[in-house]
Amino acid sequence: MTRFLQATAEGLSLASIYALLALGFVIIYKATQVLSFAQPALLLFGAYMASYLSVTLAWGFWWGVLVAIVLAGTLGALSERVALRPMVGKPVFAAAILTIGLDIAIRVVVNDLIGPDVRAIGDPPEGAFGAPGLPWGNTALNWGGVIIQPRVVAMVITTVVIVALLFVFFNKSRMGLAMRATALDQEVAQAQGINVGAVFSMAWILGGVTAAIAGVFGATAFSGLTQANSVAALKALPAVVVGGLDSIKGAVYGALLIGLTEAWTATYQAQYLPWLGPNFSQVMPYVVMLAVLLVRPYGLFGTPEVERV
Amino acid sequence: MRRWFHRLGRPGLHTSYAEDSGIFANNVQRSIAFAAVVGFILLAFLLDEPDDRVWLLLLSTAFVYSIGSIGLNLVTGYAGQVSLGHAFFFGVGAYAAAALGGSADGEIIGLGLDMWIWIPGAGLIAALAGALVAPIALRLKGLYLALVTIGLVFLGEHIFRSWTELTGGQGKGREPAQMSLFGYRFDLDGNLAGIAVSKEQQVYLVTFVLMVVLTLLAKNLVRSRVGRAFAAVRDRDIAAEIMGVNLTRYKVVAFAISSFYAGVAGAIFYSITGFVEPNAFNLLLSVTFIAMVVIGGASSIAGSLMGAFFIALLPKFIELVLDWLPVDPTTVTQAITTNQIERILFGVLIMVFLILEPLGLYGIWIRVRNYWKAFPFSY
Repeated sequence: MTRFLQATAEGLSLASIYALLALGFVIIYKATQVLSFAQPALLLFGAYMASYLSVTLAWGFWWGVLVAIVLAGTLGALSERVALRPMVGKPVFAAAILTIGLDIAIRVVVNDLIGPDVRAIGDPPEGAFGAPGLPWGNTALNWGGVIIQPRVVAMVITTVVIVALLFVFFNKSRMGLAMRATALDQEVAQAQGINVGAVFSMAWILGGVTAAIAGVFGATAFSGLTQANSVAALKALPAVVVGGLDSIKGAVYGALLIGLTEAWTATYQAQYLPWLGPNFSQVMPYVVMLAVLLVRPYGLFGTPEVERV
Repeated sequence: MRRWFHRLGRPGLHTSYAEDSGIFANNVQRSIAFAAVVGFILLAFLLDEPDDRVWLLLLSTAFVYSIGSIGLNLVTGYAGQVSLGHAFFFGVGAYAAAALGGSADGEIIGLGLDMWIWIPGAGLIAALAGALVAPIALRLKGLYLALVTIGLVFLGEHIFRSWTELTGGQGKGREPAQMSLFGYRFDLDGNLAGIAVSKEQQVYLVTFVLMVVLTLLAKNLVRSRVGRAFAAVRDRDIAAEIMGVNLTRYKVVAFAISSFYAGVAGAIFYSITGFVEPNAFNLLLSVTFIAMVVIGGASSIAGSLMGAFFIALLPKFIELVLDWLPVDPTTVTQAITTNQIERILFGVLIMVFLILEPLGLYGIWIRVRNYWKAFPFSY
């Protein structure tokens, strides 16, 4: 049982990373009809900037992370304005492929900046969450035999807060209403006086911000920040698909499903299904995605497309 | 004779259906294609210095990429089923070939068969994998399909890494298939009709012949009933179904043929590269093939070839430009390597072509041709 709870705790920490990334994918897709394959690059850029500002320039954790998040949001908005605005009205697939090009170009530069070494992200000042024993990498909380790192608690709480904030933003704010209207129909929204361009920028800012926060989360683990951290964004894709490409609720549930399954697989697969090969948990998200899609082609909460002949 | 001149001056004018759907639009194109084939074959004999081996290998790679890119264009450009899983089928072909044509070594599988078995064999095994995946495409459309095919690449990579009896495992790899046909070794220096040829020249010729044959077959396919059915499925599958196009059959056929091409390409690629790690068949390779199709031009066989050559020759081209620039290459490579420039350019080119010229290099060629067709009038 302890082992199961331990795996569940790890699953929740993965799920919080995937949930943030999945939200970015869904927000961008809903508002602009673009599936952004540039999220890995935005993630890596955000994490690198956080590490550079807070450790290399010694700005401290909070300032470094905050500025990195702002920069990633700016990069997202900039990419949209330069590369994706000309693609409005083109086939969704062309825009998606274009973001792959964007991802490659940005990632080469960021990879070069990161270099071959492992970089660290600083620790928040002691007592930041009232939790004793920060810096958060080293000391762990022991909850009845289940070892939980403070960073996991921080990640889950932050994700819950961000999801709640986004919920309020979409439902209560003027911009959120504009984004929902644009997601429904871009032309009609524009005809109602909504600045659709601003909505597109906002969607990509949110995409960049969520990717950067996920990147910082990923880099706080023992493994630190390496070029390989961007893989997390590709593993969040199954979460998006499982939940449905255009469902914010689905992104959260999808992330939970994917994160927990991955962690449980990592714990139990070597023991019970060793013939699946080492590190099978790394591809488990894709297996779940395939299984869900074969039953529900538009994900669990996605809107089925109504097609005319 | 008059008719011939007439065609020469008006390459777009077709007076019969047969002419319109011919593999070559007119005699000019036929002659150009023939001249190109002869030229490429002669090139193999002209590049006989030891220094030229790099070029021969580079061109052989371009031929292999062409085969793979035609395959992707058939399923994505013609049949409209977006596949980011091409690298998986490429890998299946590569390892099927290695298992059929390679030699057994310890625990590693190898049957040591002849080339006339392992090339079609690799293609057929990949085609079988494609046909098995195709039913997914019956249920999923558009982006959902693209995402599932991404999943396929990751699953494939995992299988290649874990199945060490087949692939040798990560960091070790395995021997590729031997390029020998009826006992004649193409991978050793030899003697072709009295002319001494190096192994690179032979590999170049074999790959080139395969590419020409597969290109002609693809050209023929897309003008047939099957090709028209592909286009109907791509343009609006519901309408196609109402008109009596069997969606199940043609989606399976599209995936199977596309994977056959990928499998053959993978088989030869492994053989000429010699050593490939199991994780080489990754998403980046799929994206490279997508880039070939996008840059060359979707739903155009000629475009597939242009895109493949463009991508294959790009690194060498960048290297030459860097040599030619009046800066010390070492200062450039300290800040940023040729490989990085290539990657950035690769990403930027995908974007530029999608935004500015969605028809790719083929579209540029059509515009240049149309300009000269009406010269000096603008229309």
